[in-house]
Amino acid sequence: MSITLFGTAGSTCTSLVLTTLFEKQVQDFVLKNVNLAKGEHKKPEYLKLQPFGVIPVLQDGDLTIFESRAIARYVSDKYEGQGTPLLGKTEKERALVNQWLEVESQNYYPVVSSIAYQLVFGPRRGLKPDEKVVEQQLEKFEKILDIYEEHLAKNEYLAGNFFSLADLSHIPYTYLLLHQAKKGEGITSRKHVKAWWDKISSRPSWKQLLDLRAQS
Amino acid sequence: MSSLKVYGKPYSANVTRVLTTLAEKNVDDYKLVPIDLLTGANKTPEYLKLQPFGQIPAFQDGDFTLYESRAIARYISDKYEGQGTALFGKTEREKALVNQWLEVESQNYNPSARKIVFECVFAQILEGRPTNEAVVKEQLEKLGKILDVYEAQLTHHKYLAGDFFSLADLAHIPVTNNLINVAKKGELFSSRKHLNAWWEDISSRPSWQKVLQIIQAGQQQK
Repeated sequence: MSITLFGTAGSTCTSLVLTTLFEKQVQDFVLKNVNLAKGEHKKPEYLKLQPFGVIPVLQDGDLTIFESRAIARYVSDKYEGQGTPLLGKTEKERALVNQWLEVESQNYYPVVSSIAYQLVFGPRRGLKPDEKVVEQQLEKFEKILDIYEEHLAKNEYLAGNFFSLADLSHIPYTYLLLHQAKKGEGITSRKHVKAWWDKISSRPSWKQLLDLRAQS
Repeated sequence: MSSLKVYGKPYSANVTRVLTTLAEKNVDDYKLVPIDLLTGANKTPEYLKLQPFGQIPAFQDGDFTLYESRAIARYISDKYEGQGTALFGKTEREKALVNQWLEVESQNYNPSARKIVFECVFAQILEGRPTNEAVVKEQLEKLGKILDVYEAQLTHHKYLAGDFFSLADLAHIPVTNNLINVAKKGELFSSRKHLNAWWEDISSRPSWQKVLQIIQAGQQQK
């Protein structure tokens, strides 16, 4: 047993890594809870592992990796021979997985996380939502989802007709948008986006993550 | 006869990220097809077929189309693995660290750096409004803290992922050029000894010098 993951099951970024581990059928790891309320992620011992002071960070023997998307890639690579293939099988499939990973990273995530900050994370810290920002971001989100709708009308999953890390990377924040920010109409009102969402969010790996959250 | 096309203009950091990767892999047999944001060429139906988000660059290898500069850079690194600079290290461990610092660039460095460049350079041209100094101040503070972490890392390693140049370093070059030489925020770098040495090193690579010539040639065409 070499892998330790520092983070929390409730965190979106940690959830991406946990779900990837489950998708790769890796059960043999330790989740070390980081107490955010007590500022554990800003203390010197934690900063030695993750100098930017955010969760998650993963240790595999003497290798330390941070940034959830990089950790997810590492897990996908390391466990290539087991579980769901997550990065594509051919050069072109790999390229399309990488393209949609970047679309999530550069287009989807900034908008959704901005809405999440206004409606979920900010209020936890006593901040009032800026309705104008929420409205602007939701408008942006609608345009992005139109593109996803057209694409998913022709492709079962983002990179083609196979589930990949590109789809998986969308799950934690989309779940938060729907269930905590309560701003999921864009997803549920589009036929193919909704079908895609229903499919990927009912995968056993995500269900296992939600169970873990319920227990935490 | 080359099958490679890059769509965009060299004033775009995302486009030059791809051009620098091509240069680093010793690939010069490609066509740069101009798509100028200032003329709305990125919003035509023909272009949107290639890049539905209307952004530059887009990339074609024969009839295979790809977009997102970091994904294109990965594709080029894969396809030309046997030539030019190895951009992902040599071992699984090195590759993991390259991926880590690629995400740091993507999630931490680029958002702040890009906002500063936009406010200082493009707000007037693209949105017809003056620089929002409050945004610049906020982002400079944010970026300063991020660069303190870089300084610590580069105190112990010559490059970001270790003692070897990788795509993680390369990914920073175009926006850093804009930040220092166009937005005139060089103090962020000159005030951090090892960060500055790293910048001097990576920006003097032949690949970037080549791309600078392409940028300059592009400016003269206007």
